[in-house]
Amino acid sequence: MSLIAAALALLATRGEEDWPQFRGPGGRGISEERGLPVQWSRDRGIRWRAELPGRGLSSPVVAGGRLYLTACTGPEEERLHVLAFDPRTGRRLWERRFAATGSTQRNNKTCMAAPTPVADAGRLFALFATGDLAALDRDGNLLWYRSLCGDYPTIGNNVGMAASPVLRGDLLFVPMENVGESFVAALDAVTGVNRWRHARSQKINWTTPLVLEAGGRPQVLFQSPDELTSYDPSTGRILWRHEGKLASIPSPVAGGGLVLAPGGPLTALRPDGSRLWGSDPLQSGTASPSFYKGRIYAVNSAGIVACAHAKDGAVIWRGRTPGPHSSSPVFAEDRMYLLNEKGTTTVLGLGGEEAKTLAENTIEDAFLASPAVWGGALYLRSDKTLYCIGAPD
Amino acid sequence: MRASLTPLLAILAAGACSSAPRSPDRDLAALRAVESEGAGNAEASRAWREVVAQGPPALLPVLAAFDGAGPRAANWLRAAADAIAESALGRGETLDAKALEAFVLDTRHDGRGRRLAYEWLIRIDPGAPARLLPGMLGDPSRDLRRDAVARALSEAEQRLKEGNKEGAAESFRTILPHARDRDQVDALAKHLKGLGVAVDVQAHYGVISRWTLISSFDNTGMKGFDVPYGPEKSVLPGAPLAGKGGQPVRYVDFTTADPNGKVDLNAALGKEMGSVAYAFAAVESPDERPVELRVGTNNAVKMFLNGALLFFRNEYHHGMKMDQYVGRGRLRKGLNEVLIKVCQNEQKEDWAQGWSFQARLCDALGGAVPFRVAAR
Repeated sequence: MSLIAAALALLATRGEEDWPQFRGPGGRGISEERGLPVQWSRDRGIRWRAELPGRGLSSPVVAGGRLYLTACTGPEEERLHVLAFDPRTGRRLWERRFAATGSTQRNNKTCMAAPTPVADAGRLFALFATGDLAALDRDGNLLWYRSLCGDYPTIGNNVGMAASPVLRGDLLFVPMENVGESFVAALDAVTGVNRWRHARSQKINWTTPLVLEAGGRPQVLFQSPDELTSYDPSTGRILWRHEGKLASIPSPVAGGGLVLAPGGPLTALRPDGSRLWGSDPLQSGTASPSFYKGRIYAVNSAGIVACAHAKDGAVIWRGRTPGPHSSSPVFAEDRMYLLNEKGTTTVLGLGGEEAKTLAENTIEDAFLASPAVWGGALYLRSDKTLYCIGAPD
Repeated sequence: MRASLTPLLAILAAGACSSAPRSPDRDLAALRAVESEGAGNAEASRAWREVVAQGPPALLPVLAAFDGAGPRAANWLRAAADAIAESALGRGETLDAKALEAFVLDTRHDGRGRRLAYEWLIRIDPGAPARLLPGMLGDPSRDLRRDAVARALSEAEQRLKEGNKEGAAESFRTILPHARDRDQVDALAKHLKGLGVAVDVQAHYGVISRWTLISSFDNTGMKGFDVPYGPEKSVLPGAPLAGKGGQPVRYVDFTTADPNGKVDLNAALGKEMGSVAYAFAAVESPDERPVELRVGTNNAVKMFLNGALLFFRNEYHHGMKMDQYVGRGRLRKGLNEVLIKVCQNEQKEDWAQGWSFQARLCDALGGAVPFRVAAR
C-alpha cells in the first residue's frame, strides 16, 4: 500500500521540485521554481493561510505532494505536534501528537519544535529539541519512534537543541551534539535502529549536517564549533577533518565544488577537506551562508548582506537589509528572499555589481523559521500561522 | 503476477468474512514492548497499523494500554489513539462519548490515557469541561488538574473583578493546595497576597530552605565535577577537611527566604570562581516514601540522597529554572541526608557569574512531601 501511495505521490507532484529538508534540496536554499511572488502584504498575494496549534522554529517541508510542519504546545512545550497539509489548498490532512521524553528547558528565543523535519515522497522524519524522533508515512501512519533522551539519558542542552536531521536513501543522519552524551548518528530510516553512532565534542551545537557527493564519493558532514568532519555515510568512517574556529548555529553548505563552513572566518574548502580561502567579512549570524550562481552570500544577524566571488572570497558588494534575522535566505530566479524576525521579506535582485532591492514585503508576525518554496509559492511559518504566498493556484 | 496475488486475496477475503473483531491485546503488547535504541520498532510498526485499522472499537483498549506503559510506548499509543479518533471523525463517524467520559473519570487508569480520552471527548462534547473539570481539582493527572485549576482560577478572578473580595479569597485559598504548576501557584499566591492573605509558598512547594553550605573545593578547569571530595564520602566528618588551595573547609549555616528556595552562593559564601560548594540538609521524614529531589541551577550539579547519586549534569550557565533537574529516590522514615554539589567554573562573561541553586522535595506530581529540616 505504501508503494502505491508513494507512486501516486510521485505522479501527483511530477514537475514540481520537493523542498524536503532544512533549506530545501541539498540544504542549499535554492529553488528552481519559476513565477515566485515578488510583492505581497498581509492583505495581498496570500494564497492561503492556516492556523497552527503552537510555536515552531522549524521550517515547513514539502515532499510527495504533502507539506509537513512541526509545532509544540503545553505549559512547558511538552506536547509535540506533527502536521500534514495539502500545500495547494492549506487543508489540514492529519495531525499526530507526541509527549516530550527529554528536557524542555530552552532559551526564550527557541522552542521544542526547532529542528526542521526531513521527508521523501513517502516518509517524514520529525525530530524535536526534546530528542523525540518520529518516522511517519505520508498518511500519518507511525513507522517508528525513538526517544533519544530515553536512550541516552545524559543528553543535555539547556539552551535548547535545534539541529535538523537529513536523509540519504534509507539512512537518516541525526545530529545530537550536546554537553552530555554527545554524538552524531546514522539511523536506519526503515526501522529507526542505529547503523552507526560516533561521539562528538561535548559542546552545544545547532548546525544541520550536509550530505554531498563529490567525485562519485558520498559524504555526510557534521560541523561542530571546532571541527568539520566528513564521514562515509554508509559506514561512519571518517574521511577527513577540518579544524578551526567554526560556527555553532549557521550550517555548512556546498556549491560550485566548494564546501562553505561558516565561522570566524567563513572557510571555503574543497570536498576533500583542503582549505582554499577564508573570509572574515563573510561571517554569518544565525542565517546559514549560501552559494548561488558562482557567488557566495552571507547575512549577519543585523541584516548586513555580503556578496563575494566563490573563487577567492573577494567581496563584490555589501548591503543593509532590515533585521534582525534568524531565518536563512532562499534563492530563486536570480532573486534572494530574506525574511526577518518581524515579518519583513526583503527581495533582492542579484547578478550585478550591487544588490537591487526589488521589494520589502511585510506581514506583521514573528518569524524565525526559514521559508520553503514549492508550487510557485513561498511558505512562511510564524508561531501561529502558516502562510502560502503566491498567485492563486 | 496472478499467482503472487492469490495468497493476498485469500487473506483479504478471510478478513472480510471474519465476523469476530480481532483482539488488539497482542498488538498492544507489541507497542508496549518497545525498548531503547529502536529495539522492538519493527514489530511495533506492524502492530500499530493493525491496531489503528480496527478503528473506534480499539480506542479504549489503546487508552487503557497507557496503564504502566513507559514513555516510549506511551508515544506509540498516543499516535495510535489520535489516528483512530481523527480518522473516525474525518469519516463523519462519532466516538462513544459515554465510554470516553467513563474512562476519563476512572482514576485507576493512567493519567496520560485519561488526558487523551478527555481531549477527544471535548471535541465531540464541548460541554464536557464545564461538567467534569470542577471535580478534577485534585486529579492525579497533572494535565487534567491543570485545566481544572485554570478554570477555577478564572472563575475566582471573575469574582474578584465583580468586587466579591471575600468570595474570591476563599476560592483562591481553596484552589491553591491543588495547584502544581508554577505559573498557577504564582498567580494564586499573588492574588492572595493582594487580598491580605499570607501564603507560605516554600511550604507549598516543599522547598528546602535551611542548608549547611560546605566550601570550597577546587574546580579549576572544571575538573572538580568528577572528584568525590570529602562531603561525598562523609557529609560531616569528625576531622577538618582541607579544601581549595589547602585552605580549611568552611561550614556555613544558611537559610533562604526566597519563596522558591533560591540560594545565592556568591552572596552566602563570597564569589569563588573555579570552585565547588556542597549544600547539605538533614531531612526528617515521618514515613518511608518515594520522592523526587528537584533542583534548579545554572551550574554543574550532582544530587545525592542518603549517599546515593540521584542525578548529575555537567553544564554551566545555560539558564536556571525551578524543577530543572529531577532526581528520583526514596525517603527513609526518620533522618535523611540531602547533598547537592554545585560547581562554578571560571568563565569571565557577565552572564556566567551566577553560582546558585534551589531544591525541593516532592511527589511525582510536584506536590510537597511532608518533611522538616533537622539541626546539623
